[in-house]
Amino acid sequence: MNERLLGILIDSFPKLLSYGIRVTLPLTAVSFTLALVISVAVALIQYANVRVLRQVCRFYIWIIRGTPLLVQLYLVFYGLPSVGIKLEAFTAAVLVFGFNEGAYMAETMRGALESVSVGQMEAGYCVGLSYLQIMTHVVLPQAFRTAFPALSNSLISMLKGTSLAATITVMEMFRQAQVINGRVYESLGLYSEVALIYLAICTLLTHLQRIGEKKLSGYGGAAK
Amino acid sequence: MMLEATNVRKSFEGTEILKGIDLSVDKGDVVAILGPSGSGKTTFLRCLNFLERADSGELVFDGDRVDLHAATRREIARIRRKTAFVFQNYNLFLNKTVLDNVTLGPVVGMKMPRAQAREIAVRALDRVGMADRLGSYPSQLSGGQQQRVAIARALATGPEIIYFDEPTSALDPELIGEVLSVMRSLAEDGMTMLIVTHEMDFARHVSSKVLFMENGSVIESGPTQAFFEQPKEERSRAFIRSILQARE
Repeated sequence: MNERLLGILIDSFPKLLSYGIRVTLPLTAVSFTLALVISVAVALIQYANVRVLRQVCRFYIWIIRGTPLLVQLYLVFYGLPSVGIKLEAFTAAVLVFGFNEGAYMAETMRGALESVSVGQMEAGYCVGLSYLQIMTHVVLPQAFRTAFPALSNSLISMLKGTSLAATITVMEMFRQAQVINGRVYESLGLYSEVALIYLAICTLLTHLQRIGEKKLSGYGGAAK
Repeated sequence: MMLEATNVRKSFEGTEILKGIDLSVDKGDVVAILGPSGSGKTTFLRCLNFLERADSGELVFDGDRVDLHAATRREIARIRRKTAFVFQNYNLFLNKTVLDNVTLGPVVGMKMPRAQAREIAVRALDRVGMADRLGSYPSQLSGGQQQRVAIARALATGPEIIYFDEPTSALDPELIGEVLSVMRSLAEDGMTMLIVTHEMDFARHVSSKVLFMENGSVIESGPTQAFFEQPKEERSRAFIRSILQARE
């Protein structure tokens, strides 16, 4: 490796990392929170079989899962202004990532909810709990535990996916790498560097997932 | 009369499971619901607590008259507050410790102060011999232990009657005794109980009344001793005979 490239990589590292911490991570965190809220709501509506809303949820999942994420980003950021809806790039990214991953996570949550045995619900009723109380204290906690590995996957996939926000002018970590590369023309070096930073963050998240799973396994073994 | 159910009917997909069941229970009664598999015993019990919605029927509980088919949510909650249910598969809350399983209903459902609920729970768990496992999760317990915790959970809600749906059918043979002995001690303390069971010895020696069902109808009902010693109906005789034979 020549000295010029090494210098560039060392110089750019704190810049990239700083955009990662200041933009990529918050973008992921906010989008993931939105996705989580959406997914639980959509899954609950389907689980409880609320009539009209259920159809709306199926439609939402159908549209989101059937179209590419990149196209959704373009539609919202470049398309919507022509009907008067102008969104900040960051806001557009949060909405698209949140609603996109929310659709996948809703299916995860629905499966997890359905895996909780009916007996848990019946036992709840018989000790005097209401539907909502049973959901919050018994069914949802068990469903979250079942869904946890899949939800962690979604988080990791979303973190990497935020790099697509570069295409709608969000100055996040990957966009920053592009900008630096525009000045110095070291594609292989810079993109490898940014890839390694993503890899490091994902490794950390995977580690956290393992710790989380261990904590959740407190109540032992698979549900009978 | 504490509980009176009249003309309870239920069909599943055109098949009549309950063809008009009547039952009356006095305070302190231990009623064994007997009968061959598929006779509708469990369905009947579940209808009484609205886990299954009957097609028709009436329930009078402590003078409170409720339609078993058309009961409102509020009526159902009112009845359930006075009853408790013990399931064949225990149905302990898997994400809760033994203690939390027992306190959840009182604390969350009845808004009882936590300290008071804990006291009641520990007493109930002590009664079933599980007070030394407060922090365990259901998956760490044997079936017999889980069922005893489930009985403590039922007791802690302060019910006037406890329904038992085949409480020992899912247990390994060597674990049945510990659950039956807990139930026997409840009966001796005067707890009103309605028990669907295949344990004939238990029914014969612990219950005070028998309701014998077959094919969705009551064939015979009355005091336990009379049922086992002088059954009136031919089908009751055949049933008792088949049980005795199976044992030999």
